[in-house]
Amino acid sequence: MHRDHALDATFPHRHTYSAAAPTRPDGTRRALRIGLGGPVGTGKTATVAALCRALRDELSLAVVTNDIYTREDAEFLLREAVLPPDRIAAVETGACPHTAIRDDISANLEAVEDLEEHAGPLDLILVESGGDNLTATFSKGLVDAQIFVIDVSGGDDIPRKGGPGITTADLLVVNKTDLAPYVGVDLDTMARDAEAQRGPRPVLFTSLTSEGGVKPVADWTRERLTTWTTAPTT
Amino acid sequence: MNRAALFVLADGRFPAGGHAHSGGAEPAVAAGRITDAASLERFCRGRLHTAGLVAAGLAAAAADGHDPLALDAAADARTPAPALRTTARKLGRQMMRAARATWPSAALDDLAAARPHGAHQPVVLGLAARAAGLTPLDAAHAAAYEAVSGPATAVVRLLSLDPFDATAVLARLAPDQDRTAAAAVAATRRIPAEGLDALPAASAPLLDITAEQHAAWPVRLFAS
Repeated sequence: MHRDHALDATFPHRHTYSAAAPTRPDGTRRALRIGLGGPVGTGKTATVAALCRALRDELSLAVVTNDIYTREDAEFLLREAVLPPDRIAAVETGACPHTAIRDDISANLEAVEDLEEHAGPLDLILVESGGDNLTATFSKGLVDAQIFVIDVSGGDDIPRKGGPGITTADLLVVNKTDLAPYVGVDLDTMARDAEAQRGPRPVLFTSLTSEGGVKPVADWTRERLTTWTTAPTT
Repeated sequence: MNRAALFVLADGRFPAGGHAHSGGAEPAVAAGRITDAASLERFCRGRLHTAGLVAAGLAAAAADGHDPLALDAAADARTPAPALRTTARKLGRQMMRAARATWPSAALDDLAAARPHGAHQPVVLGLAARAAGLTPLDAAHAAAYEAVSGPATAVVRLLSLDPFDATAVLARLAPDQDRTAAAAVAATRRIPAEGLDALPAASAPLLDITAEQHAAWPVRLFAS
């Protein structure tokens, strides 16, 4: 106790180096940070774009992308004009998105802080990882919650195989359900396997190409935000 | 004095953003100047004796307790390419975050407040070494090693170069790294008499030119 007080006096802002604190240096609540990860081509960027369209009129939001190549996903979001350009930041990952979202989060934390500084105050920041593998997860120092996006065309055995993304993500999204009949995938099997791996953690099945396809994910995000904004900051 | 802290600071896994940078290796690979272990070694040796020596001098001087803001200006003067200045400050900001969390110190806090968007990375590295209780020679070693380990790691990814060969390159460059670190510290000792002009100011024009070109590539694997 005594020792902590001494440290507080010497280094009063040391708690702001990472995402762990829910407040900004000025004491106001910072934006909720949600990470989106998952294998290549499952619809992460499409989910981010759809979430932006669904939420941008009710929330102040921004996006950080982590590309394998520079800015590819950020440029897609810019082309789709889901948000103004000053609310989209691209982090370059040196071919390793999982390093930038988990092992060395310094560039992502800077991008998040710069967005809050220039476009803030923000309610929500979506941090998208470039397509990676089934073991890619976000550091708790970077995001408050994470969504793992897989799709039916990767095969219905993906939930059964598990891995940190499948088992530990706060939300598992199984996208492209409209393709299930064409790739011989049984959605009930996927749902059962996912529940076996994840227990009570939620799983949502989406078809982003259909009208309102992102609504379940948007609703989940709203719930997380309500929990975030009503939790005490101390 | 706690020598083990040097391993923490110089570890490639130290979370200060280095993994996303190739130290000029990506454009050198694209131009066909690095194709194998032998050409990687030549590239690294050149970088060590130019950019590496300058970084080692700045890091040693910061670890020795010289004014970090004056050193930051000295780093600007030794970094003519705008793309490399931007990179050095970006990496300095990331190093600052990691260093303040790892070795809290009033000196790091002061520099962070004076340069909120980042001081030059070698200056922050030197100050971090000082906060960790390391010597100027340790700081110079960390900077020199970083000057060659970054490109070597990047080339393993860019060329699928055998990682054993890349590591052997780093081992063969060890005597050169020792000499570079020693030269950096020797220069630091002349600062009281000669000022910061005593610090090495070697330049690598090709690294400067290709860094500017690389920064304009629409698609690249590494940030620099």
